[in-house]
Amino acid sequence: MRAAEGRADPTGAEWPARLHVVTGKGGTGKTSVAAALAMALATEGRRTLLVEVEGRQGIAQLFGIDPLPYAERRLTDAPGGGEVWALTVDAEEALLEYLDMFYKLGAAGRALRKFGAIDFATTIAPGLRDVLLTGKVKEATTRTAGQRRAYDAVVLDAPPTGRIGRFLNVTAETARLAKVGPIKTQSEGVAALLRSPMTAVHVVTLLEEMPVQETVDAIAELTQLGFPVGRVVVNAARPPRPAGRAVSAAELKRGLVAAGLTADRNTVAGLAAEARDQLIRRELEDSLRAELVELGLPLTELPLLPDGVDRAGLETLARALVRAE
Amino acid sequence: MPSEDAAPQLDVDQILADPGVRIVVCCGAGGVGKTTTAAALALRAAEQHGRRTVVLTIDPARRLAQSLGLTELDNTPRQVKNIDVEVSGGELHAMMLDMKRTFDDVVLQHTDPAKAADIFANPFYQAMSSTFAGTQEYMAMEKLGQLHARGEWDLIVVDTPPSRSALDFLDAPARLSRFLDGRMLRLLLAPARSGGRSMFSLVTASFGMFSKVVQKVLGAQLLTDLSGFVAALDSMFGGFRQRAEQTYRILQARETAFLLVATPEPDAVREAAYFAGRLGEERMPLAGLVLNRVHRPAVDSLDAATSLAAADRLAEAGGHSGTVDALRAHAALAQRAHREKQVAARFGEAFPQVPAVSVPAQPADVHDIDGLRTIGAAISRP
Repeated sequence: MRAAEGRADPTGAEWPARLHVVTGKGGTGKTSVAAALAMALATEGRRTLLVEVEGRQGIAQLFGIDPLPYAERRLTDAPGGGEVWALTVDAEEALLEYLDMFYKLGAAGRALRKFGAIDFATTIAPGLRDVLLTGKVKEATTRTAGQRRAYDAVVLDAPPTGRIGRFLNVTAETARLAKVGPIKTQSEGVAALLRSPMTAVHVVTLLEEMPVQETVDAIAELTQLGFPVGRVVVNAARPPRPAGRAVSAAELKRGLVAAGLTADRNTVAGLAAEARDQLIRRELEDSLRAELVELGLPLTELPLLPDGVDRAGLETLARALVRAE
Repeated sequence: MPSEDAAPQLDVDQILADPGVRIVVCCGAGGVGKTTTAAALALRAAEQHGRRTVVLTIDPARRLAQSLGLTELDNTPRQVKNIDVEVSGGELHAMMLDMKRTFDDVVLQHTDPAKAADIFANPFYQAMSSTFAGTQEYMAMEKLGQLHARGEWDLIVVDTPPSRSALDFLDAPARLSRFLDGRMLRLLLAPARSGGRSMFSLVTASFGMFSKVVQKVLGAQLLTDLSGFVAALDSMFGGFRQRAEQTYRILQARETAFLLVATPEPDAVREAAYFAGRLGEERMPLAGLVLNRVHRPAVDSLDAATSLAAADRLAEAGGHSGTVDALRAHAALAQRAHREKQVAARFGEAFPQVPAVSVPAQPADVHDIDGLRTIGAAISRP
């Protein structure tokens, strides 16, 4: 029994799962959110693993480091003494590792690679690729080292909302091809983990129409497929504003004069136009926020980072994630 | 330091009006407004330049699709009504790509109905035609080739699939060729092609090993399905590759104009820069960069710090709450504009010769013809 398990987990109430699958529409910042979550969950000596599966090297780009190999390595220390590890899963490597583990292939495995068998197999049966990727994630999530788990939490930077259902629904894809045998067994094991309370799928969105629409659609799909949905994370959010009223030109002019600023016609008209656009935008954001609240899921809002997502920005996001109500 | 202003201005009207330009390809990272940009450009080509235009969309947002009259995925271009083409005499047609149907059509075209039925029933075909990573890209190219070959349109505007990477679109034909030329495929076909026995004992030995592994891991049924699929497709491979290569050459021709679409965000700009580099390598004609959702303050003379300080002073003095809000909003906008300029400059520094245009952020999202018209005008008259 490891020491950390004796203490109350400060993040346990909000983030109860052990495998956190982070999806979202392209451009919503899901990689940043996944990285921040891996940092947030690595508190008090805990160790988390941040996994990516799409070969984009998003983690390396985010942290400004060299491309990551198919190996688990320490990415960064988390504030408060934890460790974040990172892994880029490659389907071909995962297949070789898998074959080696179960069939002790050795040279035959290398021959498969030489003949392009793996590229071929994952091309012709894309579901197989997904089983390999999710299978590796499952292995890392359930792995133990001695008496303790290798990782307290695993955070998966998953494919975007448009593909997430198919990606996680591995049994459906493989059942079509493999009626019996180890592939079937493997995919059933993965499916059981992904549908258990150990897993939570979080959806990242922005307060913009298309990402919100895709969030709503993805959650319906995930729910229908039986995957436990965790939180909706609104990235780059501004807090709702109580005052919803357009400022008049006369009012602006008086205010500018009082502040000792130029109050010429252009300045007044420009500021009034900006305020008007702002109001339209805010009203839209408020209605989109209401649409997300309707989903009845826990909602976490992350602040817009004025300086972009650097190391300090990730720490800000990590703090906001565990503070979430 | 060169700023984004140093880049030459992109004139999309010149492209849309040029009868020599027959294809406009919009590409870029996911979530940058590719589909909207493609639709807006196509509408403008029809309304302003009188061109008979078709826009091929891949995965449009529901409301945008509805605004174009696309209520179902029927894989054929439908004319968009209620647009303003009385003066110009242009036309706008729109279609949504149906990946599986396009694949089915290709199969039907290259083989007889009985063989096609066998292929459609094969579980490997079903998996590959609906989920193959790259099928969507390849089928988008295929559909583009078909539309081009029909010669019915003055201008084809193509939206590219929301890929893992925008580069997948360019890589699809090469990947398909690699797949078709792959040693693996030849191995599987070797017995069939040499009348039941392989020519090289080395190959036979390796294949024996391979097939044993496959049988062990996947089961014999699967191997039978696989061989059946591969043998059935074998006859069509030549046609497949030829078409992919044909479309690839069209994309290199002067009649094509690539437009990169990005937003002033680091990921999107990095993706656009990768793509610009790749287009150069492939000798494909890059016409310019459309930078969407650019924020610009309406008042240039008031900087963020001054605005914020004034807002604080006013707030402390009391009253003027409307002005305080307006000044704070202005400061945030000015800061954002400054940051966006820095991000956008990264592209300009790497590709100073690529013309660019900034499209101001719209306060609300676009999902009707009027909105598309506004966007089209904004791209053309920044």
